[in-house]
Amino acid sequence: MTEEETMLADMARGFLDGAAPVSAFRKMRDEGLTHDAALWKEMAEMGWAGVLVPEEAGGSDMGYAAANVIAREMGKTLAVSPFLSTAVMAATALRQVSDARANAALAKIASGDVTYALAVDEGIKHDPDATAMEARADGNGFRLTGKKTFVVDGAMADRLLVLAKTADGLTLFDIPADRAGITRTQSNMIDARDAAKIDFADVEATGEDVLGQVDNAMTVLRPALRAGQAALAAEMAGLSAGAFDMTVGYLKERKQFGTEIGRFQALQHRAAHLWCETELTASAILNAGRMMDSDPENAELAVSLAKAKATATATLAVQEGVQMHGGIGMTDAYDMGFYMKRARVGAEWLGDYSYHAEKVAASRGF
Amino acid sequence: MSDGQTDADFRAGLRDWLEANCPEQMRDSGTSESAICWGGKNWEFSSPEQKLWLERCAAKGYTVPTWPVEYGGAGMTRDQEKVFHEEMNRINARSPLQSFGIWMLGPALLHFGSHEQKLEYLPPIARGEVRWCQGYSEPGAGSDLANVQTYGEDKGDHWLVNGQKIWTSYADKADQIFALVRTDRDAKKHLGISFLLIDMEDAGVETRPIKMISGISPFCETFFTDVKVPKDRIVGTPNRGWDVAKYLLTHEREMISGSGALESGGRALGAVLTDTLEQLDATLKADAMRCEIDALAMGLTLERYKDQAEAGQGAGDASAMLKYMGTELNKQRHELMMSAGGSAALEWDGDVGNRAGDWLRTKANSIEGGTSEVMLSIVSRRVLGLPA
Repeated sequence: MTEEETMLADMARGFLDGAAPVSAFRKMRDEGLTHDAALWKEMAEMGWAGVLVPEEAGGSDMGYAAANVIAREMGKTLAVSPFLSTAVMAATALRQVSDARANAALAKIASGDVTYALAVDEGIKHDPDATAMEARADGNGFRLTGKKTFVVDGAMADRLLVLAKTADGLTLFDIPADRAGITRTQSNMIDARDAAKIDFADVEATGEDVLGQVDNAMTVLRPALRAGQAALAAEMAGLSAGAFDMTVGYLKERKQFGTEIGRFQALQHRAAHLWCETELTASAILNAGRMMDSDPENAELAVSLAKAKATATATLAVQEGVQMHGGIGMTDAYDMGFYMKRARVGAEWLGDYSYHAEKVAASRGF
Repeated sequence: MSDGQTDADFRAGLRDWLEANCPEQMRDSGTSESAICWGGKNWEFSSPEQKLWLERCAAKGYTVPTWPVEYGGAGMTRDQEKVFHEEMNRINARSPLQSFGIWMLGPALLHFGSHEQKLEYLPPIARGEVRWCQGYSEPGAGSDLANVQTYGEDKGDHWLVNGQKIWTSYADKADQIFALVRTDRDAKKHLGISFLLIDMEDAGVETRPIKMISGISPFCETFFTDVKVPKDRIVGTPNRGWDVAKYLLTHEREMISGSGALESGGRALGAVLTDTLEQLDATLKADAMRCEIDALAMGLTLERYKDQAEAGQGAGDASAMLKYMGTELNKQRHELMMSAGGSAALEWDGDVGNRAGDWLRTKANSIEGGTSEVMLSIVSRRVLGLPA
């Protein structure tokens, strides 16, 4: 990491330890809340909501590597926010379009006044190319009918980016979430975060609502998805680090057979292996951030590598976390379970291990 | 390299030089044993071009690009070295020289040696005139390396060395050996070892090759019987040879770890397997993809640690991680290549080359230079701070 990135990480850590420790997440979960509007306002004031918004639109424009640094720190303590949906993905999509409306939307993202959710998935696996939902041409506009699922932050978001089939391709719509014909049902997620199933019944959209060009959604959506995948990988790396630190701490403390269990070589070697995996993952994530900043057109391999590796490592980190904690790791009163559940959701969101492995394989001659 | 020279000039200069000086026969990126030039007094060049290529590179310091010019190098920075390797790869140029002198003794001397020692020992390594081997392990000192028993008795102006080393790579072909020798039997085991430089032609030095499961004999046993080693043939201070050894092991681990890594421009497993890819089932392909992902991440990790080293932060104890992950990945990769080769890979030097020999050779990767288990113990104690 560069000196600036280290400073940003330290600053983020300091803020999150005070404002969003795991205990804050637990409190939200216990109260049935999936969003903390006041926390998001504070994050916006620190420039996080506008991390990818140009300065002229009021953003801090720190870039993708910096966004990953923030996401990683959030992951360590399981901070809940619309950072990925809004500040990373929606902002990246809007940045691909340089018109007054997009700039105004970016300004509202930076100030924390508007949140977004990406309504892309329809089946049980992430597969945007297989989108079936239709946006039928109707006069000068469109009529959207169909269902979306696993819309992260979808129940509370102010606006939705909706992917739908048009005459000759896919089109991305940017519409308010309360438009007539939209029914949102919040899912009861294992990670206690907001995700929704959304039903679109003949929802009206005008040409103004199209983000980018008709039949050409991917020009706008692909960079947004990549940015989200990279930041999610970073969040999962943070999550792995958080779970790992708890686990190593426990190995040093917990006594059985009259000694710390961290003295047992069987556990030492597994913990050491896990650390090695977190190091490889950290490299892949740094690389993804650099590529997104320097050569976004060719960042697919770097991003998919990061997401695949982060998924595998987080899965290992939480499994070892629970196993090495023993019975207490299985209890709801202990935080390790939160890490395990968030890791599983992160594993699926924006493409699972296989999805990204296929992308890596394709670009590596398989 | 003058200060005013731009990166582009540097690259262009190298490119021109390589075009003009790299013989056609040396542009096949050969990695087979016969393509490698190890150098040394008794080296028999496989072709006149191999000799010419070595001489031309040595004259420019290109056999050891980052070593200082006065010691036979080209004084390149790490960024320049990257460019150098990129330009070498561009024309598939063979490495002009490889040796344990370049990888191991050189770095140890650069760090611990006196100016006189550097002037005496480094240029002949850079020119490929002297071939070194490493005398570390002993029958009773494998993973427990600090338990070496080969003893150097203080005889005033020399040490009288007696003992046995094992796994001394290419000792039968080397001119000199750098060895860990106990010079104080009363001190704690880490504090009584010296790092001595011994001439293989000295009276009392004997070697015997060991035939390995891969069918070849790169390793030897080396015996010392009343060998006189002058007092100036020591790196570092007497009885502090463990410091040198540890420093070198770090180097060795980083070197071995490179085997399992893929730089993004490196040869993908997919490309290696292309010939049989269509015959492979989904399970094998999936395993290969997983291995490829890990190898790419490993390549990026090596790059990251090299960049840190350039910025003055050594990998330190993390080199144990690099060694462990790199070698385990290389073993996986060769398992997959054997599996993909099917029955064709079961013949020595068959249609798919010496794939079986290479596969068997990789099994030593996670043993030599510290086993995977020792590496994991280093990580758990020194990085994670778990109790010993």
